[in-house]
Amino acid sequence: MLKTGDFGVLAAGMSTVAAFAWWAWFAPSTAADTALIRAAGKLVHSVPLTHARTLTIPGPLGPTRIAIEPGRARVLADPSPRQLCVKQGWLAHAGDAALCLPNQVSLELTGRHTPYDSLGY
Amino acid sequence: MTASGIELAVTADDRRIARLAALALGLTLAEAAIPSPVPGVKPGLANIVILMVLLQYGWRTAAWVSGLRILAGGLLLGTLFSPGFWLSAAGACASLAVLAVARHLPPRHFGPVSLSVLAAFAHIAGQLALAAAWLLPGIAILKLLPVFATAALVFGTINGIAVARLQQRMALAAPASDRRQSGPCPTL
Repeated sequence: MLKTGDFGVLAAGMSTVAAFAWWAWFAPSTAADTALIRAAGKLVHSVPLTHARTLTIPGPLGPTRIAIEPGRARVLADPSPRQLCVKQGWLAHAGDAALCLPNQVSLELTGRHTPYDSLGY
Repeated sequence: MTASGIELAVTADDRRIARLAALALGLTLAEAAIPSPVPGVKPGLANIVILMVLLQYGWRTAAWVSGLRILAGGLLLGTLFSPGFWLSAAGACASLAVLAVARHLPPRHFGPVSLSVLAAFAHIAGQLALAAAWLLPGIAILKLLPVFATAALVFGTINGIAVARLQQRMALAAPASDRRQSGPCPTL
């Protein structure tokens, strides 16, 4: 039933899954340096994670409050019924994101710093 | 005597496509009743039909059946033109595109399992591409990528084996000479 090529395709599929798993879950994540805050899909704030401050973002359900601290950020309060983005707590890595979907506010961290300043070959 | 109204000529091809699409639709509806732990992870049983159609009647018929299944599935499940519908359509388009190429793989070495796995990966790739571009732009959907890829591998393999077994059964049941012409609808 399975032919030689099928085994090749299955092996390729398994390596793809393994590569994705490593890349998405185990690859070292870089520290974040900027918080991007979107409301209704539009970027409203781009805040460097350098000093502590609190932002209030208006949404259709009410205000969402976001706390910024050196190196990390979190959603402090949100009018969403299930509070998923608040329960996520502090975000510190590039690529981390908290979505307050009913209120259409999102907080996403990006990082430009890699673990190395430069690499030579 | 003149015929009243507009008459559309219905060819045998049309009837066959409709019958096969109904078959795929039945599996889609049955599958919608199965609870899934992760939204979007489904066995994709209708792809068994699509793959059988591709192997028996060619790519064009498979594309028709796939398109009709998604449209009618959207109507019956009440998801027509919702984000879920478009995700489904994007997945189907990507998987048909890959199948258009993959069906030319030498059949000596590549059976239905290869086609099914490749189509399943294309399916999630199409869905995730649309989701990343349109529904959740800029947000790391990538953390779920391994989950979707695993589902594609597992269900693609299972569906492919189902197709391979069905083909064996049909090869036994019917003489191999003119199965491509106008065989009866494959009974699943």
